[in-house]
Amino acid sequence: MANIFKKWFDNLLKSIFKKKKDVKLGLYGPPNAGKTTLANRISLDWLGEEVGSVSNIAHETREIQIKEQITIKSGRKELTFNLVDTPGIATRIDYEDFLKAGLSKKEAKKRAKEATKGVIDAIKWLDNMDAVVVVLDSTKDPFSQVNLTIIGNLQARNIPVLIVANKIDLKKSNLKRVVDAFPQYNVIGISAKDGVNIDKFYEELFKLLD
Amino acid sequence: MLTLQFVSNEELKNLSSYAKLQKILNIVKDDKIVVLEGKLKKEEEVELIRLTMEEVDDNFRGIELQVWDSSKKERSFFENLRLKLASILVPEFNEGFTIIGPANIVKEIKKDPSKIQLVTQNSKKKKNGRK
Repeated sequence: MANIFKKWFDNLLKSIFKKKKDVKLGLYGPPNAGKTTLANRISLDWLGEEVGSVSNIAHETREIQIKEQITIKSGRKELTFNLVDTPGIATRIDYEDFLKAGLSKKEAKKRAKEATKGVIDAIKWLDNMDAVVVVLDSTKDPFSQVNLTIIGNLQARNIPVLIVANKIDLKKSNLKRVVDAFPQYNVIGISAKDGVNIDKFYEELFKLLD
Repeated sequence: MLTLQFVSNEELKNLSSYAKLQKILNIVKDDKIVVLEGKLKKEEEVELIRLTMEEVDDNFRGIELQVWDSSKKERSFFENLRLKLASILVPEFNEGFTIIGPANIVKEIKKDPSKIQLVTQNSKKKKNGRK
């Protein structure tokens, strides 16, 4: 009997520590919203290294990128997670858009092919996430169907969500429009590029993952 | 020429999610715009995106999708009660509609509180569907 209890207690401890250690925080959103810029900001702030490259051409991130064991601190509190930067989710990928952005036909077709695979992988990874930061471009219409589909899916899967309205440093940014679009969610405006409001973002991460 | 194909709940109700999505995608790949009675489940929406991505090639560039969710309209207590009863009595009762079009024809589907605008690729003319 004592052995059974000990085994149960050991398993319980193991599952608690495994859970704490392996928390996966996903960055999701449409292409070019600034997911990798935010991932780089977090990783640079706490690990001193970047996650991936960023570009003005959409679908720069075409593979899942993971930074393991990022520990962030706020006062006496500490939070450790694995950061998962995902390719932007889109309903259309047209290689001609990449041609217009200056890529050669061969490069454009290759990028389009990799981007479609990236979207598929991002969707497959939804089930692995413990919590998700949805990164939206605050200069764009928040009611796009891709945004609603991503957020609706996370809600259906009971995955905790924090919405980040990125690019608030830009003139066309409209934070209120994003806040009003998702009244049931916590929305925080940041500029991942310039680090505006990033401390508030870390505070919100503690609330999301605690 | 722009072709719209209406797909009713009745047509889809006995199909599995996968068969339902394949049927929709086949119509869209035939360069037609699907006007679907009701809404897909959230899981089906994301699965439709996944299946679409598997089909993207030089000719098929993906889809444009927009859901009109009339259940989110502000209503009186009695209207809400009536709709709740309807959904209990008729399980396939599904408010709203969904527009799914091929990306090579539909440039954008814009939605605001009172209308949906379909912007096509070639003509760039707007067709308004008021609700």
